[in-house]
Amino acid sequence: MKNSKLALTLLAVAVGLIGCGKEEPKKPVAEAAPPPPPSIEIKIGHVAPLTGNIAHLGKDNENGARLAIDEANEAKIKIDGKDAKFVLVAEDDQADPKVGTTVAQKLVDAKVAGVVGHLNSGTSIPASPIYNSAGIPVISGSATNPKLTEQGFKGQFRVVARDDQQGPAVASYLAATKKPRLVAIIDDATAYGEGLANEVEKSLKAANVKVLPREKGTDKTTDWKAILTKVKGKNADAVFYGGMDATGGPLIKQGRELGIKAVFSFGDGACTDEMPKLAGAAAEGLLCSQAGIPPQAADKKFLDAYKKKFNVDPIIYAPFTYDAANLLIEAMKKANSADPAKYLPELAKIDYKGATGKIAFDEKGDRKDAEITIFTMKEGKLVPVAIIKAGQTVPYEEFIKAAAPAPAAPAAEPAKEAPKAEEKK
Amino acid sequence: MRKDGRWVKAGIAMLAVALLLLPFALSYAGTAWVRIANYALLYVLLALGLNIVVGFAGLLDLGYIAFYAVGAYAYALLASPQFGLHLPFWVILPIGAGVAALFGVMLGAPTLKLRGDYLAIVTLGFGEIVRIFLNNLSQPVNITHGPQGIAGIDPVRIGGIDFSRSDSMLGIVVSGPMKYYYLLLALMLAIVVVNVRLQDSRIGRAWEAIREDEVAARAMGIDTTAMKLLAFAMGASFGGVAGGMFAAIQGFISPESFVLVESVMVVSMVVLGGMGNIAGVILGAVLLAFVPEILRWTVEPAQRALFGRTLVEPEVIRMLIFGLALVLVMLFRPAGLLPSAVRKRELTQDRAS
Amino acid sequence: MDIFVQQLVNGLTLGAVYAIVALGYTMVYGIIQLINFAHGEVVMIGAMVAFTVINALAAAGLPPLAVVLIGTGCAVPVCMLVGYAMERLAYRPLRNAPRLAPLITAIGVSIILQHLAMLVWSRNVLAFPQIIPLTTYGFLGAQITGVQLTIIGLCFAMMAGLALLVYRTRLGRAMRATAQNPQVARLMGVDVNRVIAATFVIGAALGAVAGVMVGTYYGVAQYTMGSTLGLKAFAAAVLGGIGNIPGAMAGGLVLGVVEALGAGYIGDLTDLCRYGLGPAGSCAGGGHFILFGSNYQDVFAFVVLILVLVFRPSGLLGERVGDRA
Repeated sequence: MKNSKLALTLLAVAVGLIGCGKEEPKKPVAEAAPPPPPSIEIKIGHVAPLTGNIAHLGKDNENGARLAIDEANEAKIKIDGKDAKFVLVAEDDQADPKVGTTVAQKLVDAKVAGVVGHLNSGTSIPASPIYNSAGIPVISGSATNPKLTEQGFKGQFRVVARDDQQGPAVASYLAATKKPRLVAIIDDATAYGEGLANEVEKSLKAANVKVLPREKGTDKTTDWKAILTKVKGKNADAVFYGGMDATGGPLIKQGRELGIKAVFSFGDGACTDEMPKLAGAAAEGLLCSQAGIPPQAADKKFLDAYKKKFNVDPIIYAPFTYDAANLLIEAMKKANSADPAKYLPELAKIDYKGATGKIAFDEKGDRKDAEITIFTMKEGKLVPVAIIKAGQTVPYEEFIKAAAPAPAAPAAEPAKEAPKAEEKK
Repeated sequence: MRKDGRWVKAGIAMLAVALLLLPFALSYAGTAWVRIANYALLYVLLALGLNIVVGFAGLLDLGYIAFYAVGAYAYALLASPQFGLHLPFWVILPIGAGVAALFGVMLGAPTLKLRGDYLAIVTLGFGEIVRIFLNNLSQPVNITHGPQGIAGIDPVRIGGIDFSRSDSMLGIVVSGPMKYYYLLLALMLAIVVVNVRLQDSRIGRAWEAIREDEVAARAMGIDTTAMKLLAFAMGASFGGVAGGMFAAIQGFISPESFVLVESVMVVSMVVLGGMGNIAGVILGAVLLAFVPEILRWTVEPAQRALFGRTLVEPEVIRMLIFGLALVLVMLFRPAGLLPSAVRKRELTQDRAS
Repeated sequence: MDIFVQQLVNGLTLGAVYAIVALGYTMVYGIIQLINFAHGEVVMIGAMVAFTVINALAAAGLPPLAVVLIGTGCAVPVCMLVGYAMERLAYRPLRNAPRLAPLITAIGVSIILQHLAMLVWSRNVLAFPQIIPLTTYGFLGAQITGVQLTIIGLCFAMMAGLALLVYRTRLGRAMRATAQNPQVARLMGVDVNRVIAATFVIGAALGAVAGVMVGTYYGVAQYTMGSTLGLKAFAAAVLGGIGNIPGAMAGGLVLGVVEALGAGYIGDLTDLCRYGLGPAGSCAGGGHFILFGSNYQDVFAFVVLILVLVFRPSGLLGERVGDRA
């Protein structure tokens, strides 16, 4: 009797499951183009968390890609003699690795020609083998973990600087301008925070700056006093924190309460407008870095178009996803095909002037000469002070001056012969 | 009775056919659905393992995900570039199960004397400790690669079949996720058989006796220490197997995947389905594993249509459903959706007294 | 030396926060032997309500103390209501059910409260307006802020108030009677249901005050803040001997100091290079080989909890209760 019940339940479950699968409506993510006969629909996927803690950043990313797609459609691009209609298939990975792989599979099922995303490294890395085995090129506009492009996947690119470029940049700026003797490095024990802190430590040590043994909190720590007191006891004259603003704010505030006079510096996670709200006056004078150029330094045309379309300013990465989507389209144009196998070689050797500057990829798929911006906090506002590119530090004003009157981009040298970007490791 | 038996056979046969054909039906809707089914199966494995501890032996374990983590890391360390080891899957899975069982005993041994609610807290702490260690064992010697996680984990390979690729056999395309589906299904069947056999065995009855009244059980000559440890070890080993499969399917693991919420989720599945009832637990796991997907396809579009944007995220609704399920089940149907016969008796009696 | 004193101050403040939250756990447990898992969420809701009020009044130009007091005044009744509803809906119907049942509902309630709070106050970390001026006092070479002093003072005051309530009032006597034996208490004319409800409500009020303090001290509040805090506070309550009011206090302070000193010193103490034991490669040139650093700060609480439960289940100050259930 009991067994029969069990069997029936299992049966019910199974039938339910099948039903689930079958009833599953094919979500009309994209209406088919009204067919003027020789037209071709090209789907481009975009993945970012649209729900959850950083949904606002996810939406920003999506907007960037969407703007690029809409502009491409207005431009009436012809590919292989047919009118190309680009369609953005936007998916939500909730910043969860498990959902990330499911969503990647969905895009593969939907036969997208290329993908812009994911936003986080934590979802990009597990998703990348799925795209790779389907042969679909992926360009992330915001995933900064070095591992992403170290897996040897041919179709994996990113247009933003890696943590091991950002770390050295902020470290060298710190070392050059503040000349600390002893630096304390703290992180929040997350992939992002620890990864960045490791890179900063490596570069500081290479520059012969002494570094204290690593201290760690968590991404939920609010009481930093024990760690900061220890740092104070060791007389560090600079502190670097790898982590987000929610923990970085209390950190700098408590540091000042304890009377620590050291310079506090942060990575891009704590390089936000939240810092003065979280730390009050204590945030004044902090140093922080952002991968890439600040949104306000992006191409004017892009900024205007973005503002016009979405009625907000881009937050952080929208210029990068905009460029990423454009790169896919540009490579398709060059190859005259939306077949990943055909346009991927074009993408790999592309040389493109985008909203975030000149873009070319190295053999791993990382952006050559990616920029890093250093900011400081002045009267509760983040002010860019310098841009670091290929190991070169340029004061921000000069960078803007150099970039502004440049409608004629510097003659694009063939990518193959371009000087190799500084090779890490 | 004979008639009953025939029905059972027919039911099982139909079920078997349905389960075998399921991935084809699902991949018709998209391979993504096969992946979702795989995650659901992983949760079924976990729920079945936790059911041994919570359902059979009555020991509330709020840190169960730790064993899942241990299994996953055992697999990842033995089959990835981390240490350059690439052992085959059939070697690692038993190792993972064994290591997880060892951790089960490590947790069980010091907590034998603890009463139900204290035990719950200690297991919760244990789960967190395991996660914090995994997160920090990158220093001073790099073992787990810390929060960066371990990437490039080998997929399962049996003979010449690589589970990360699709193959076509006799003109039928079998994708990677489909292969994992069948492997998980086989594992699940094995675990179900073990569970069913255990339940009606001497050991199962001993657990039941401990759950009902530990003092009386000991008086009846049951070695409660050994039995409790066995429950922890068995439950943990199933968690370890599930973790190993997770690592293989995912190809990348980091401590982020083994947080407290996951433990609570598995507990919810067991409680909702019916503690101690194998069919109920499977039902609970499948239901709750599919909830987010169902919400994603129903609630979200509905909200978009009604309000033009998503007001309440599916993820939040899912958590609210978990919470409500726990409360409502305990209030109105304490034995779960499919109560086990003994459990039902026990709970109603308890109330009356 | 001054660093050590500073660490003690840090630890005592942190411990005082734990202690106040622990009082809520210990009260409820003392009466009905229930771990009110959702108490941490009550603390969170207290902080959130206070945030809303303080944020709204920040620009009004009232003195900071008044603003914080108004915030507390709003948070306390809200939390009392939550505490009452919780007891009435989720725990009372299960009072005679097996032990696991209310524990599972408690987890459920905690999930529900957390996500409802998320819907109301968003996922973001909320920054309290910086209205309290920073006043620092020197104390044996250490820095102690006015807020820290207030927290430590309040903690003792609340403990004393609670002890007075339990040992000197009618309600307290009814509570103690209920704790000893609810059936007999009922026979003696104690309205057991009301007493238990009152316990929950008072516990929730304490939680609200704790929430406001945590929020204003650290300047941040988030819907997830309750779970970690609750867990640590529970560990503190167990450490001191659950059900015992001075015990919760002692447990909280000890745990806070253990955590602070642990984070401050254990890294240096477990640096194998100090003892000449570390591998030559990593120790060369003033290198380090640290086994456990501040990264294990959160482990300390759990290890203490497990050790206490295993070796002295009645805690530091509790008398042996045995299995009363």
